[in-house]
Formats: sequence, structure tokens, C-alpha cells
Amino acid sequence: MNEKKLAFGYTVSKDRQIDFDEASLELYNKVCAAEPSIRLCISCGTCAATCSAAKFSDFSLRKLILQVRRGITKGLQAEVSKCMLCGKCQLACPRGVSTRALIMQINMNLQKTGK
Amino acid sequence: MKIEGKKLIWKEYQKEIATDDYFYARSCIRQNFFPGSEKAFTRILKDELGKNLYDSQHHTSCTGIGYHTDVVPFETTMTVVARQFSLMQEAGYSNYIASCITSFGLYTEIIETWKHFPETLEKTREYLFKATGREFSIPNNLAHASDIIYKFRNEIAAKAKFRLVDKETGCPLKVVEHIGCHYSKMFPHKGVGGAEFPYVLTGMIEAWGGEVVDYPERRHCCGFGFRQYAIQANRGFSISCSRKKFESMAPYEPDMIITNCPGCPMFLDRWQYALSEMEGQTYGKNGNGIPVFTYEEVAGLVLGYDPWDLGLQVHQVPAEPLLDKIGIPYNPENKFKGANGEDLGQPDAPNFLKFYKE
Repeated sequence: MNEKKLAFGYTVSKDRQIDFDEASLELYNKVCAAEPSIRLCISCGTCAATCSAAKFSDFSLRKLILQVRRGITKGLQAEVSKCMLCGKCQLACPRGVSTRALIMQINMNLQKTGK
Repeated sequence: MKIEGKKLIWKEYQKEIATDDYFYARSCIRQNFFPGSEKAFTRILKDELGKNLYDSQHHTSCTGIGYHTDVVPFETTMTVVARQFSLMQEAGYSNYIASCITSFGLYTEIIETWKHFPETLEKTREYLFKATGREFSIPNNLAHASDIIYKFRNEIAAKAKFRLVDKETGCPLKVVEHIGCHYSKMFPHKGVGGAEFPYVLTGMIEAWGGEVVDYPERRHCCGFGFRQYAIQANRGFSISCSRKKFESMAPYEPDMIITNCPGCPMFLDRWQYALSEMEGQTYGKNGNGIPVFTYEEVAGLVLGYDPWDLGLQVHQVPAEPLLDKIGIPYNPENKFKGANGEDLGQPDAPNFLKFYKE
């Protein structure tokens, strides 16, 4: 029997479904307790559009908040470290989310858990 | 909830299905994918149930695939469909059966469009008359072929030679039912059980002795999606959808899958082969796949038709383990023989998926 796997010119896409029964919302709950304004975020992306760091990196606060909300913590530490804490996003946010405090909280909790 | 209340609510999820005198429109792809299914349908209706069925040789494709891939404009599609209805009228029928789910969804969409936009109906009448000199009337009753088998499922059960039960243990077989998206997800009130509780295949399975598997991704699309498979580079989306379903149903160890769409059995069957070759993964027991059937094939098996007459030899996932489990006799030597007994040759066996040659 030929055990070689065949290539058909397409691949199986990785499943990106988030199972909330399995996802850990530990980080979100902690951040939420310390900085409840995360709940106001509507993921409009104004923060990402005005971000100074985004000019020089692929940093996106919108994506970061979504990941925290969905319990995806892998690689977050590296993402957070791209922020310069300039606070421009906080001025632009139409929902009044305290973005700088939010990033500080995420960073602090990630450092505590070592993730 | 009281039983009476349940019955009352369930009434709202029913559709009217004509009892006799049908005009049958075949699918343009089913006879390639599952060549025995439509033949089995006409045989069951005419020979077993004694119904009057008109099988027109003049109708064309409904253009559904072209329409959904943006190749054929809606006006053209409506005119082609108007011609099919014209053929029905000419033959003296008013109950239209579509063999294909895409066609059924498209006919429903067009009839709804005409209902809400009478000026579009008039335009279509004009286009058809200018192009062919024909006139048409809208069917009194539009049904999918699975609706008809569903309606007569108990009559078929009464004539059954086999039931969907394990011959050794007497336990009902575990059956996955998969409804085509265009059957009731677009126009819920046009399908038995609507979009929430589609009952068309479940009714057949229960009437013929099987047990329905209720697994998490039961209502997920099979992955057929026209834009997904039409372009090779996009087929990863299609196979990923099917994989999601297989991963979800496999822990329940289903014995078989029944579908009512042209694309679903094709992709649920063939993608099992592709996934086995790409990932070395099979979803049945002992290297077998989960056999996939059309409802006509299952009805034919229940009625005791020869599995090779039903075209089961062209399935990618072999049906033999299921036939053995039910106790349906078959001659392995005839698997790859044509209707006239001519040897058609044997296909190459897949690398991972278990295959049964003579």
C-alpha cells in the first residue's frame, strides 16, 4: 500500500471556531474587574486606525480586545509589548474605553500568569 | 407542553404535497454522481406506489449552478424555468417535482419573486414567448422529490423487505440525516418541518426502522457551496466544512448518512476519500468510511432492489459493510458489471479508505 499523502491543489483550512465551553475567560474576567470599560468596546477599530504603533508594526488594539474577550491568550504578550502607551486611541475612542488602562491591565495580568 | 398543543404547532410546519399526477424534472448532475437514484425514484412511484409520473425528455437544466456562480443572469434563469413550467402545462400537469434541491430552491425563489413582483412575471412571459413562442402557468403544487418519498414513507415501509436495523442485534441503525441547505433554509415554510425542525428525512428513517443521530453540527452545510468548489483553490473551504461535520458525527459511530440534495451526498462521500488521502483519516470503523446514500437509494434498499441496480458501486465510500449489517444480499462479482453483464473494469483502490473489490 502506498502510504504517501496526496496533494489535490487545496488544503484543509484550520478550524477557527471558538468553543466557549473550553475557552478560558480568566484573563478577560480579571481585566474586566479592574477596568470595566472593556465592556463598552464595540470593536469599531477607531483605536487601530489612529494607532501610532500600528504605523511601524502590525499591532491592533481592536484585535487584541477581541482575543481577550474570546479567551485566546496565545501570543498576546508579544502583541501588548508593541504598544507605546501614547494614548491616542483613548482620545479617539467613541465609546470612552479607557484603552491605556486596559492595555496596562492586560500586560500586568499576562506577566503575572507568565503567558 | 400538552400533546394537543404540540400537534397544533407542528401543523404550521407542514407543507402541502400533491398525492398523484406529477411532472418530474430531473437534476443535471445527479445522474452522474448517483446514477441509480432517479431511476429508483421513478420505479418506486410507478411500480410500487402506482402513481402517474410524467418524466419529460425535453426539459433542460434549471441553470441553478450558473445562477449561483453569477454566470447566468436572473432574467435568463427565470425564462428557462418558465420553459420548464410550459412543458409541464403542455403535458397536462400542474404538480411539479424537482429532483434537485438547488432547482427546488430556485423554483421557489422564482415563484416567490413573481408573486411579489407581477411585472417581473409579465416580463418573463414576454421573454419566453419571444424566444420560443411558448406560454406557461405556475405549478399548483411544487414539491421536492424527497417530499414525495416522505409522503409515502409508510406505504414504502409496508412493502419493505428490509428495515434499517442490525440483523444480528435487532437494534436500529444509527443514521445521520443531512438536509440540503436550499430545501428549507431559504424558504422555511416550503419544507416539511421548516428550517428549525426539518423532518423530511427523519420521517423516512423513523418509518423504516432507523434511529436518527442528533450531533452538534447536524445542520451545518456539507460544504458543497457553488463558489467553494467551482474554483480549485477554494475547495479547501468546502472540504473543511465536510470535515467539521465528520469530526462532529464520528463519536456517535453512525452506520450511514442519508441526504436529499445532489451535492451533499457527492461531497460527503467523495471528501471522505480526499480527507483520507490528505490526512490519512477515516471516519468509520476499521478503516471504513461512513457510507453516504441518497433517500431514493435507501428506499430502494428497503424495498429489496439490487444494490448494484441502485448504483451503489459508484460510491467512493463502499456500502458493503452496511449491506452486510442489514443483511441485504448482493453479488460481489456483479459490482463492476454493466447492465448487460459487460465487465466495466475495476477501479484502483484508495490508499487509506477500505475498498471492496470482487
